[in-house]
Amino acid sequence: MKELPMLRPNKSRPRWHIVVFLAPALLLYSIVMVFPLLDTLRLSLFSSDGANFVGVSNYQRLFTDSQWWPYFWRALKNTVLFFLLHMVLQNPLGLLLAALLDSKNLRGRSIYRTLLFSPTMLSFVIVGFIWQLILSPTWGIAPAISDFLGIRYRPWLGLESTSLPTVALISIWQFVGIPMLFFMTALLAVPQDILEAARVDGASAWQLFWRVKFPLILPTVGIVSILTFIGNFNAFDLVYTAKGALAGPNFSTDLLGTFFYRTFYGFQLQLGDYAMGTAIAMVIFLIILFGSLLYLLVWQRKVVSYEL
Amino acid sequence: MSSNSLVSKPPMTQPKTAPNALRPSRWLTPLLVHAILGSYTLLAIAPVILVVMNSFKGSQAIFQKPYLPPIGELFDPVGYATVFKQTAILHYLGNSLLVTLGSIGLILLLGAMTAFGLTEYRYRGRGFLTLYALIGLMIPIRLATVSILKLMVALNLQDTIWSLILVYSTQGLPMAIFVLSQYMRQVPSDLKDAARLDGASEYQVFWLVVPLMRPALATLAIFVMLPIWNDLWFPLVLAPGEASRTLTLGAQQFLGQFQTDWSALLAMLTLAIAPVLVLYLIFSRQLIRGLTAGTVKG
Repeated sequence: MKELPMLRPNKSRPRWHIVVFLAPALLLYSIVMVFPLLDTLRLSLFSSDGANFVGVSNYQRLFTDSQWWPYFWRALKNTVLFFLLHMVLQNPLGLLLAALLDSKNLRGRSIYRTLLFSPTMLSFVIVGFIWQLILSPTWGIAPAISDFLGIRYRPWLGLESTSLPTVALISIWQFVGIPMLFFMTALLAVPQDILEAARVDGASAWQLFWRVKFPLILPTVGIVSILTFIGNFNAFDLVYTAKGALAGPNFSTDLLGTFFYRTFYGFQLQLGDYAMGTAIAMVIFLIILFGSLLYLLVWQRKVVSYEL
Repeated sequence: MSSNSLVSKPPMTQPKTAPNALRPSRWLTPLLVHAILGSYTLLAIAPVILVVMNSFKGSQAIFQKPYLPPIGELFDPVGYATVFKQTAILHYLGNSLLVTLGSIGLILLLGAMTAFGLTEYRYRGRGFLTLYALIGLMIPIRLATVSILKLMVALNLQDTIWSLILVYSTQGLPMAIFVLSQYMRQVPSDLKDAARLDGASEYQVFWLVVPLMRPALATLAIFVMLPIWNDLWFPLVLAPGEASRTLTLGAQQFLGQFQTDWSALLAMLTLAIAPVLVLYLIFSRQLIRGLTAGTVKG
């Protein structure tokens, strides 16, 4: 930064304006975010009434106690499945839509884009209820459409075997716009002269996409994957609105987020348990941290990012 | 040449001749593209349209003629009457507006001040403070909920919209500082130094810079708005009381209770969708730019 000589900081005079600029935000941030995060770590090392330091025994209970481990394990498995379904369905679908929207001379591109992104705007509450109503046997929309398509109608959201994939599909329906936008932006940044050169060499559209465009947007694939990962391991709202805090039927849609909520907030007759709740939060935090580090250290180093 | 031709062409360019233009791929491919995009678009918007359309009908019509628009005899706003009678929906809407606007205001003001303080001056510890402020980009604040709840109880802010404003402002700050710092660096220093030579105080210099960042502030505002407006988690935990209830939480509770009154159910859904959808249609261009700002190369 270039500064005029006469404006160079005067060492002897305290520059209070810097404090005025920084203090409000940093104080707020420290009090409402940093302190609670550290306090969460602290609480997870104390007994449930907060009186005694118990070391890692809350974590031990979570991982070994038959009152905790099977439920935690189920929520973790469900969350992993929820995440994998997003990775194999949502992100490829987002890529396909982005690639189609990227076609040359496409008419109505911005209309498609606006409409395709619109479900992402809605709150989980709305999305959860809309699909609950549409899939319910009472209204008859889903049964009628299944009939039309020749599929046997089942109350997918209400069956233990299909409820989790159904919730995942609803979430994918809502959020496919995000990978779509990221991929669209990345595809727009691919320079025209490279594409033109490949076309002159006789590349088909299929080859053009997989051999030229896709390698160039690989960094975006990484960004989208890590955002999906963080989002899914925090997911709570959709299950809560579509299935309630008990993540029914029979906990088949229980994710780490709903498990965390039930543990610290309590449900039905069980009281909330702050110690176990914070322990679960710390484990979720470590999982997210581990995934983010894996992305930063492995993926970002390995994947060649072409300077365009 | 059509970029989306699926048929591979022989190597080397051929002269474009009339027979080539008649090849099916010339018109078939765009048709296919529109067919796929069109059907997925339908899947994306049909559920919303179905809900909005049926919200203006009575219960019978909802079940018997769900696919017809609410015109003529079918039109019946009975659901809306129920919602306005049974809930304090305007009160919830007011709460949501206060929370969202209050948080956005704080995020923009404090974010701009901090970004200015972190980019405009050189001092010891600046690098550390920048890093400290940006760590929050990586950490989901929800995981600290238990301690935040205890903090709000201790501050006597539980069940007030202030608890929500404080949490949402904090949640949005790291992003605001990150984005605004990028823009602050681009403001030419000649301008600021000229003002200083004219005797302007550092605060006056700051207020000189802020209007220059209007596009960045607008994009940021829209970007942070939606997660705040749509959030269910913090209203549920920090401010579930009637007085501080937001529209999203109010809708959630109303919808949970009125499982059988479908007109009211659909009317409530429509009322909850409307504000967001209107804002989205007005600002979609800016929002989409904001969401992808980080990935665009300069």
